[in-house]
Amino acid sequence: MSAPSPAPTLPVSLAANPKLSSWVRFSGEGRVVISPGKVEIGQGIVTALAQIAADELDVEIGRIDMIRASTATSPNEGVTSGSLSIQHSGRALRHACAEVRQCFLEAASERLGVDASLLAIEDGMISGSGNVRTSYWELAGEVSLDHDASAGTITKSIARRTLAGHSVQRVDIPDKVFARPRFIHDVSLPGSLHGRVLRQDVSGAKLTGLDETAARNVPGLVAIVRDGGFAGVVADTEAAAEVALTALRKSAVWSTGEPLPDEDDLAGFLKSQPVETTIIDTRTTAPSRQTVKTLRRQYTRPYIAHASIAPSCAMAQWNGDHVHVWTHSQGVYMLRADLAIVLKLPAESIVVEHMEGAGCYGHNAADDVALDAALLAKAAGGRPVRVQWSRHDEMSHAPFGASMAIEIAADLDADNEIVGWRHDIWSNGHGARPGRAAEPALLAATEIANPYPRMISKNPPAANGGGGDRNSVPLYDLPAWTITSHRLLTMPVRVSALRTLGAQGNVFAIESVLDEIAALRGEDPVAFRLRHLSDERARDVIRAVARRAGWKPRQQAGTGYGVAFARYKNTGAYCAAIAEIEGADDIRVKRLTLTVDVGEAINPDGVINQIEGGAIQAASWVLKERVRFDRTRITSTSWTDYPILTFGEVPIVDVEIIQRPEIEPVGAGEAAHGPVTAAIANAVFDCLGVRVRDLPITRDRIIAAMELAS
Amino acid sequence: MPIIQFQLNGAATTVDADPDQLLLDVLRGGLGVTSPHFGCGGGECGACRVIVDGRAMASCDMPMWFVADKDIVTVEGLGTAERPHPLQRAFIAEQAMQCGYCVSGILISAAALLKHNPSPTEAEVRTALDRNLCRCGSHNRMVRAVLRAAAEMATS
Repeated sequence: MSAPSPAPTLPVSLAANPKLSSWVRFSGEGRVVISPGKVEIGQGIVTALAQIAADELDVEIGRIDMIRASTATSPNEGVTSGSLSIQHSGRALRHACAEVRQCFLEAASERLGVDASLLAIEDGMISGSGNVRTSYWELAGEVSLDHDASAGTITKSIARRTLAGHSVQRVDIPDKVFARPRFIHDVSLPGSLHGRVLRQDVSGAKLTGLDETAARNVPGLVAIVRDGGFAGVVADTEAAAEVALTALRKSAVWSTGEPLPDEDDLAGFLKSQPVETTIIDTRTTAPSRQTVKTLRRQYTRPYIAHASIAPSCAMAQWNGDHVHVWTHSQGVYMLRADLAIVLKLPAESIVVEHMEGAGCYGHNAADDVALDAALLAKAAGGRPVRVQWSRHDEMSHAPFGASMAIEIAADLDADNEIVGWRHDIWSNGHGARPGRAAEPALLAATEIANPYPRMISKNPPAANGGGGDRNSVPLYDLPAWTITSHRLLTMPVRVSALRTLGAQGNVFAIESVLDEIAALRGEDPVAFRLRHLSDERARDVIRAVARRAGWKPRQQAGTGYGVAFARYKNTGAYCAAIAEIEGADDIRVKRLTLTVDVGEAINPDGVINQIEGGAIQAASWVLKERVRFDRTRITSTSWTDYPILTFGEVPIVDVEIIQRPEIEPVGAGEAAHGPVTAAIANAVFDCLGVRVRDLPITRDRIIAAMELAS
Repeated sequence: MPIIQFQLNGAATTVDADPDQLLLDVLRGGLGVTSPHFGCGGGECGACRVIVDGRAMASCDMPMWFVADKDIVTVEGLGTAERPHPLQRAFIAEQAMQCGYCVSGILISAAALLKHNPSPTEAEVRTALDRNLCRCGSHNRMVRAVLRAAAEMATS
């Protein structure tokens, strides 16, 4: 007797928000309104979701109006992060649209007197033999979508999809080249005022005194807001707000702050703090080979800034005891939850609405500035207040990506084959997002009267890919391992989620050690990896990247090649990278070749764009980026102090997709960072014969490694 | 406050402004021209670039006294959806952005380049854009788009 097949279930986002009309509506003049809970953060998600919806509904993509997420109307899909939007929103929309299509086919069948199976839909027109026809819009009045989605709806087969799986132009790009306001920064609400918040550079310093006289005399000033250690100004214009802020700053008195770590001994700092230790994974097999030596290596990565090109911005407007907030947050509902705590309001009194900001690479200051705006707007007499952070504050007060120290100890036998493997991570947690705890995670909440403590970053659970431990469990077939995470319980430098969380550091460490062992054995690093991998998709991306890059090109003096691989979160996209560098005591990354397998690539050009962008951003992290600080304050507060890769420095990036339409799609935004980081480091060794194990790989670090080696 | 006159996207424009006021504030404020974006306020990132008498320059640290009698062009003056500039067409064709916040400054640097050098090499394009920062990593697509626009302009 065969086991009963499991009952069909709804996609997770649809199960949480089952009402069909919250996802899909038909409006007047032949338009289709799609309302996802995920938001555009520069990754092109809105276009990919529009493709999926248009495909399932059989309408032209141009008919689709994508609605920005708002707590007033949108399904709650949590946060747009973790490369999960295609998995969450895409699956929900595919399912919801397929069911909506079915509902309309049945209604059309009734109206036209034609069996539903004999009807066809083309660009929203429903027709059958004998020239009978109707449309979604004609039937919209009589088909209610105010009911819950049902499990088991059949979505289109791969062969019948005409949009998903094909490159389409992004829907947001025309606005951006024709200067039609689309960014929150460019939207002006009627009667809008401008706010600025006073913040101190000295870490942890509290505002203890303030003379408001000079600021009060600034023409255009509307209000000075003071709530405990939170202070800000509201003025008619941005310029007036800046002048008033400068006046306020001159009179501010601050307490002494809290010391920062030694930026030149991050590992020493991380390994000396109180920690919560967790065994992430162990594997034991009876040793068939004898350990004769242990290779011990330590890797570090610095704190990394989000450093978006736009400083964070928000608008807020009060109406009685209700407040409307416009934000480029990644999670409108989660921000609302924290605002409700701080503002002591029921969530229903707050509407949080998304508007696009500049590129978002994780938990930046978007949520912080939203609370700033809500607090300042209280003093604006019902007028909207727009708050924009300075570049300085963006670089010093937004959460950073966490610094990490990683130790790997690889037990090797007489042939330098791996017998055992221990991987230890010391790092702050990689998540202090709003909306997940009883206390808020927003900056101003730590400044107001009766302040909340700064939230100490935690790690997402392993089921969600983990945090500091993300990608620390090897995908390789090693006989034994113990993976241990030591999460810091102190947090002198504010950190939260930055693109890939701990994966960049862990992949850098794992792929560097493997490269070193392959070199010890005199084995080709591609062959060595393939010999330790049984996952066919993993083997495919590595073989494909080797083929594409002509691995291994003949060595020339001054050039080097490095390879690395990871499957993001061990459950997401597969990505292999080969770096070609030129170098002597300084290096230039000349070319990055990548292959990626995201399952079904909904918008292949969008996937390539994400991988290219991820590869270039990773190269920037590896070659240049490091948050700088002295013992009292963050000192990298401008682009001069925090340089990123420029047009003259970016490598050629060549990307190949292995398209697998039969496999559920996963996100691409975070797949490249780990492999690119390690591929560059391995290429440095190939080129110069030294291993740099502390990021960023700068001229000074290379020279130091060379001196150590000589 | 003094009256300051200049050309903005081909139209004679008069503003009543403090001479020390910054061009970016005047454009985005009273004039409602939002394509130049604030990025850093220190002329380091290029998001606020505009064309001033044929040269791409940062507007975030440019005082209005300097702007008097100058010819200013922003992305609003390059073209429209109906009559796009070849660069605008090329940026769409190459899908040359991710978030797009830096793009207006990059279109401006590229437009100034093509005015002076209608058939630049790739290296010349990179040099012309080197003062513009992009954080999403769309650099290579943008360089391709500029070369594509140059090629289109050469054949038209």
